[in-house]
Amino acid sequence: MTKRIVIDPVTRIEGHLRIEAVVENGVVKDAFSAGTMVRGIEKILRGRDPRDAWAFTERVCGVCTTVHALASCRSVEDALGIEVPKNAELVRNLMFCAQFIQDHVVHFYHLHALDWVDVVSMLKADPAAASRIAQSLSAWPRSNPGHFAAVQTRLRKYVESGQLGIFANGYWGHKAYKLPPEVNLIAVSHYLDALEWQKEIVKIHAIFGGKNPHPNYLVGGVPCSFNIDEVNAINTERLNHVASLIKDAITFVEQVYVPDLLAIAGFYKDWAAIGGGLENYLAYGDLPTRGIRDVGSFLLPRGAILGRNLNEVHEVNGRDEKEIREYISHSWYKYGGGDQVGLHPFKGETEFNYTGPKPPYDQLNVEGKYSWLKTPRWKEHPMEVGPLARMLVAYAKGDTDVKELVGVVLGKLDVPIGALFSTLGRTAARGVETQVVAHWMKGFFDELVANLRNGEVRTHTRYHWDPDTWPAAAEGVGLTEAPRGALAHWISIKDKVIDNYQLVVPSTWNASPRDAQGQRSSYEAALIGTPVANVDQPVEILRTVHSFDPCLACAVHLYDPTGRQIHQVQFN
Amino acid sequence: MSVPRESLWETMKGKGYSRREFMEFCGFAAVAAGLGTQATAAVAATFEKKGRPPVVWLHFQECTCCSESFIRGSHPVVADVLLDAISLDYTQTLQAASGAAAEKCLHDTMKNYPGKYILLVEGSVPTGAGGAYCCINGESAEEILKKAAKDAAAIIAWGNCASYGCVQAAKPNPTNATAISKLVGKPVINVPGCPPIADVMAAVVTHILMFGRGPELDAQGRPKEFYGRRVHDTCYRRPYYDAGLFVDAWDDEGARKGYCLFRMGCRGPVTYNACSVTKWNGSVSYPIQSGHGCIGCSENGFWDNGPFYRHLPHTPGFGIESTADTIGLGLGIGVAVGVAAHAVTTNIRKRPLIAETVKESSPAGQTEDEGAK
Repeated sequence: MTKRIVIDPVTRIEGHLRIEAVVENGVVKDAFSAGTMVRGIEKILRGRDPRDAWAFTERVCGVCTTVHALASCRSVEDALGIEVPKNAELVRNLMFCAQFIQDHVVHFYHLHALDWVDVVSMLKADPAAASRIAQSLSAWPRSNPGHFAAVQTRLRKYVESGQLGIFANGYWGHKAYKLPPEVNLIAVSHYLDALEWQKEIVKIHAIFGGKNPHPNYLVGGVPCSFNIDEVNAINTERLNHVASLIKDAITFVEQVYVPDLLAIAGFYKDWAAIGGGLENYLAYGDLPTRGIRDVGSFLLPRGAILGRNLNEVHEVNGRDEKEIREYISHSWYKYGGGDQVGLHPFKGETEFNYTGPKPPYDQLNVEGKYSWLKTPRWKEHPMEVGPLARMLVAYAKGDTDVKELVGVVLGKLDVPIGALFSTLGRTAARGVETQVVAHWMKGFFDELVANLRNGEVRTHTRYHWDPDTWPAAAEGVGLTEAPRGALAHWISIKDKVIDNYQLVVPSTWNASPRDAQGQRSSYEAALIGTPVANVDQPVEILRTVHSFDPCLACAVHLYDPTGRQIHQVQFN
Repeated sequence: MSVPRESLWETMKGKGYSRREFMEFCGFAAVAAGLGTQATAAVAATFEKKGRPPVVWLHFQECTCCSESFIRGSHPVVADVLLDAISLDYTQTLQAASGAAAEKCLHDTMKNYPGKYILLVEGSVPTGAGGAYCCINGESAEEILKKAAKDAAAIIAWGNCASYGCVQAAKPNPTNATAISKLVGKPVINVPGCPPIADVMAAVVTHILMFGRGPELDAQGRPKEFYGRRVHDTCYRRPYYDAGLFVDAWDDEGARKGYCLFRMGCRGPVTYNACSVTKWNGSVSYPIQSGHGCIGCSENGFWDNGPFYRHLPHTPGFGIESTADTIGLGLGIGVAVGVAAHAVTTNIRKRPLIAETVKESSPAGQTEDEGAK
């Protein structure tokens, strides 16, 4: 029996995602991922001051805010041969770490958890039993029976009010939910705790960048200044604030997030064999410790893995025009050279060419063009990007912190390393990464303080700040990692203004339509084989899609083999 | 038919808050809404009677920074209560349901609470390509907005996108991104900013809950209580501006002393927002405090007023008020002269402070190209 399911909008993501999948005998047989919103920021950037580009591109995403600004500054610095001072590298790293920790925790509790946690079930929990379980997991102080009873009472009142708000129409009671009521209660309680905590850690962005979301960046360094004898600069009070935020972050990650992740994952070990999808992984890496040009100094390493072979990590070069190319065979764009060619971002084109159905529509033509996302490829391979890719590359390269933590997670769940290639593995990798990044953040802070102690206060270089000193033409690439995966900006500067600007973002890699050869990208590939018990409540599809932490504007739909949206229609 | 709703006081009581905590919250809300603590009793009375209004939060051409900002609300009681004091029935960022189940939430709210739900909109609406630049469930953003706006009790445009179009509306505006006020044919409360400050967002909603009406607006539809002043007017670095003490290069000695960022392109003098008063992320900082000039993100069309690092004489919008006329005139002649004139004419009282500051200030800091490789 074959069915088509439509999920639109896919919620608990950034942006507008549409996924259409064919379900046959309770398993996804085919899937299509479509981005249904476009803004054209690359077109808007042309002719502008390259030093302003960070502000424009940061507005690509307010969830993974800052990383676009970082990629943009680096692209300009790459083009002009600018190296930032050590303190600027450290401040950027601290902001990077704060972003990752905040974003991963918010993803786990507020965007992903409701796929695994049945909010209504927690009403049946015994708070004393929940307390005993929570205390066996960690030393988090808010694990007493009284606290859990209060949370339960609060939520009961909420449910009984008849106004379920954000929890309305969830798939509560679906048999795919497997947690005992007590674990659901713990998770919902920590959903609220995490909501409180996440607004604290981003204060690191406010201190160094003035605000969050969208803190300020600067080509050539960072805008904040250090002066331990001045109230109007980053002084001891500000540094103390940062230190306490880091301390609290490590506590929250180790006492709440990671224990919850492991506890919940223990009930869903079948998901270690579902949702693996592609066998190729790409990471640009980040957290340089000796300058951006010394790739070997990155704490998050750069590299590509093909065919899940962890014995070999391939080098990645953003400038090599043979490596990264974007295709538009199934995307609503046109290239001067035709629909079948792939373009390196330095040669990238952004020409809208909508050929889809006129809204309102029930279905997209998935045989033709069906998304506003282009389709990037690395040496013609579709690649998965994100926490799993980063942790696999680090693991394969022998990073001791990552290897140790991955070992702990696999050991606690009692699963083999191959379990990482799955929906569960993707979610677990995010937790491992959060933990290592939180500790690295402490190291960056200590190094910053040591620099200041030694009198090193520089945060900006003036080299090539003045456009009059620039060459007539230059091009550069800025690579980084968004929480969701490999992110890079390519800039061409001509006569002091932007001549061309192209972004290839994580969700372009993961959520893109298939390429000219018909190869699927990550979402479409990972959904193949996903069980769907009830096509009207496709929570299993959401689990795999959300495991990538989608960051785009789209929606998920499932369609029949002829492209007809059936949702309630079934046929053989 | 409307579903019965409980009052905010009942909601808080149910969550274990004491009467005293409730009154403290009312006091905070009164201050946040610009009423002063003397209004606490009136606010409490309102919260005791009003129920949880249904709220629909739509997303169009946006980056979700407004939603992210909203959940950064700093006062714990406000953060808790606003999520529960309103019934957030549809929000693509946080709601559990997806697809058809999520759409049902939207349609049920519009059907069950006509004239009673608050509509929040994040993102601009592209009117190009017949709506194909932004579709949700196959329907264009414009159609969804018009349907949802029809029976909304109040409409709030979150951020610069919904208020003015923001980055996607910058030249050449490839998708014809449009402010929602131009499409709904009804009054809209604009809460601009990229994003708006979390506590300002909370306060705008609180204002409606308290009084059953929106806050007083200026000619651009912005709440006067938060957008009535320029960032420059209340900037803590203002004395340096008046004294003619400026940052002249990034990370120079002036930067390390926190001098005025005007010459580095700061848009504070032409930007109406509460950044320098309310500040960001629990009042921790705001852009100028962390060393970067204001980019003017709450102003209409600010993306096209750049480049951001060129200072203000080239930017329209200066000289709105009589005090600023002095500056505007001065800038027409030359920045230094204008600033000096302004300093002399308006800040004689600050002379002792200025003298002391100048004395402390060493000669220009970095003067060489120390960053060259």
